Amino acid sequence: MSATSATAAPAPATAPPPTAPRSGSARPRAAAASLMRSAPLAAVASVLAVGSAWEAYKLLGPADGLMVGQTRLLPRTSDLAMPHTWDMAARLFEPVSGGAGAPPLWSAVLRAGAASLGVAAVGWLLGLVVGMLLALAMQRVRIVESAVLPLVVLSQTVPLVALAPLVRSWGARLEVGPVQWAPWMSVAVIASYLAFFPVAVGMLRGLQSPTTIHADLMRAYGAGWWPTLLRLRLPASVPYLLPALRLAAANAVVGAVVAEVATGLPGGLGRMIVEFAAFSASDPAKPWAPIFGAVALGLAAAGLVALLGTSLRRFRRLEAAR
Amino acid sequence: MTAAVSVDGVSRVYGTGRAQVVALDDVSLTVEAGQFVSLIGPSGCGKSTLLRLIADLDEPTVGTVRVFGRPAREARLAHEYGIAFQQAGLLPWRTVRANVELPLALAGMGRAGRRERASHLLALVGLADFAEHFPDQLSGGMQQRVAIARALAEEPSLLLMDEPFGALDEMTREHLQTQLLRICAETRAAVVFVTHSIPEAVFLSDRVVVMSPRPGRIREVVPVTLDRAGAADDLDELRTDATFFDEIAAVRAALLDGVSVAQAEGLG
Amino acid sequence: MSAVAGAVRQVLPPAVLLVGLIAAWQGAVVVAEIPPFVLPGPAAIASELVEFREPILSAAAVTGRNAALGLLSGGILGVLLALVAAALRLVDALAAPLVTALSAVPVVALAPVLYSMHGAGSEHARVVVAALAVFVPVYLHTLRGLRQVLPVHRDLLRALAATPRQAARVVTLPTALPFVFTGLRLASSLAVISAVVAEYFGGPRSGVGSFITTAAAGSDYAQAWAYVLGAIAVGLLFFTATSLAERAVLRRRPG
Repeated sequence: MSATSATAAPAPATAPPPTAPRSGSARPRAAAASLMRSAPLAAVASVLAVGSAWEAYKLLGPADGLMVGQTRLLPRTSDLAMPHTWDMAARLFEPVSGGAGAPPLWSAVLRAGAASLGVAAVGWLLGLVVGMLLALAMQRVRIVESAVLPLVVLSQTVPLVALAPLVRSWGARLEVGPVQWAPWMSVAVIASYLAFFPVAVGMLRGLQSPTTIHADLMRAYGAGWWPTLLRLRLPASVPYLLPALRLAAANAVVGAVVAEVATGLPGGLGRMIVEFAAFSASDPAKPWAPIFGAVALGLAAAGLVALLGTSLRRFRRLEAAR
Repeated sequence: MTAAVSVDGVSRVYGTGRAQVVALDDVSLTVEAGQFVSLIGPSGCGKSTLLRLIADLDEPTVGTVRVFGRPAREARLAHEYGIAFQQAGLLPWRTVRANVELPLALAGMGRAGRRERASHLLALVGLADFAEHFPDQLSGGMQQRVAIARALAEEPSLLLMDEPFGALDEMTREHLQTQLLRICAETRAAVVFVTHSIPEAVFLSDRVVVMSPRPGRIREVVPVTLDRAGAADDLDELRTDATFFDEIAAVRAALLDGVSVAQAEGLG
Repeated sequence: MSAVAGAVRQVLPPAVLLVGLIAAWQGAVVVAEIPPFVLPGPAAIASELVEFREPILSAAAVTGRNAALGLLSGGILGVLLALVAAALRLVDALAAPLVTALSAVPVVALAPVLYSMHGAGSEHARVVVAALAVFVPVYLHTLRGLRQVLPVHRDLLRALAATPRQAARVVTLPTALPFVFTGLRLASSLAVISAVVAEYFGGPRSGVGSFITTAAAGSDYAQAWAYVLGAIAVGLLFFTATSLAERAVLRRRPG
């Protein structure tokens, strides 16, 4: 029963990470690849590759793009539609606007990114708590799993945009003691709506991952649900939880950016992306700045989760051994 | 003195209707304190089921199982026995020492006491130098020795072992059998030992319980009369003893008695 | 008979819970007299759904088409690139950081610049956003599948002196195929959500997403929810279709 529901649950990175060992077959081509073994070098090389592809298409592609019938399959190559990569980079170091004393663009993007990261982090934490509680309930009681898990899967087909105005209007009416509901809280709630899902599914799989032998052993020791949870199920779930947390972080970032747009929350990257899109005709390199910011935001979130992963290394020995 | 294990008229039936399987049919068995008893038989004879019933990992459909005079469930909750399986089943995120300490920690023993006991046990199984290693850094045989140390952690008077050496190579296997005998002589624990190897059963046991499948029943109980006390200096000498081969022949005869060759191939 | 019972046991608990939740929702709206501009009840949403069924259907068709094109193109791209990456380590090494980045980055953020690249009146930007979102899981799963070949199978083919082509046909591709379909199933709801959300960043007013926001902006939440139901229906359709495809593939190649 649990096996069928586990396969029905979409958990992309939440599958245990048995990445098959890279076969030891020595190939001559591997020489060039071994240079790429260093991750930073590979990252720089891939950024250069994408940049070159962009410029190459700009240089060689048809000026009006590739039209198939009414659909423009490939974009136009004009500087307006596709600014040069170096223009995008240079634009970062010019002032945000023509106004006197305007800060450089990169610092504005950085500030907006930090604001979004903070909101996304709150959403991530909230999603983490909700997801873990759901997973625990589903592990504890079989009927809860069979009733809740399909709805959890279903919940992710609800476009969160739709919830944004609702959450905001509910929040506006909410006042808990001295705490006034702030608009950023709505954004965090929406981000958590996306973040809880991978946590719930991944955590459930992790909690169910101990083998029969381990379960028998705990039973033989007369260990109840709590001791079994603390000493067996929680530690065993770490390898499943970490990819889920990474996914949840990515989802929280997406959720925060989109919800900022949907609720009209100023100060973050989402709003900046929409505002700067208006400059695409007059200042075509400007809209790219918050996009780079969003990329940095996503990478920062992933990096923070990776840090968390290294601190839990001892629970991932089998991954490392594989 | 109460028997370590007394199984009385036990049957275990799985499923219902046409899908019904009788794993054990009216089995009775007594294991005296300090006695080493092996359960042997072809696959499907219910020897593992019987062990699981004694451990209260499963419950009989009919009959009673008592461990040191108490119902199996009470005995389990009172940590009356130690258990080891075919797979070592060590927790990969715990060091060797922490794995051995696990049952002690669950029983609420203090840190210092646990530490001392674990050191003693690891010395007993010859792994004192590996206490701070993680399971994945050990060979299969070493992992199994850790599992045995873990089973001995609470100084149980009863050890339940389900083919603990089944997945090991012959050399390691013999080595661990000898060590197990030595440990049992020291701790005076009773042992219920499931195996599909005739020499292993004979070498280790005071009594070999031969079982037959479909439905699982006890066919015969073969007493073993190896002079273990006389060979205490070098137990391995027993392996070339003439009595050893006679006993093996006796168990083999009991196992194959009335069984066609085709059925016997299912042995193991 | 037991298969039917199994299906009932699988469907019944979530169905009961869902119905219960909807009933509780309706009950709360009625009992607490919650005004519809705060939280519309299921009944109000249902009546909107019936009243606007035609525009909802056509909007869902537009969004569904964008998502389908994105699923198709992103899926093909993901499988092809994974095949190349499995064969050429250099490509694998170059693609790895990009895919990692792409999986961590809000792809929808690209929507505004895509609108200006392809023209604001074009649906194509939405297809591109959906395709990018689909690409990541399909690529990762396919690559993983291509690396799943058991050592014993590899040795066997080597012993039989199989050519690389034969090895690919007999072992590598059959092993990888279920993984490809798992990737596609996971990508299917991503495709729909990305297509819906991309509509929120501009472009023509045609799909479910744009109508949801229009209705929400006018505080007509019941109508917004009716469009949301349209989006959910599209998402479920995609998920079911890819799940069935996956199951068909898995059944043909057990194990």
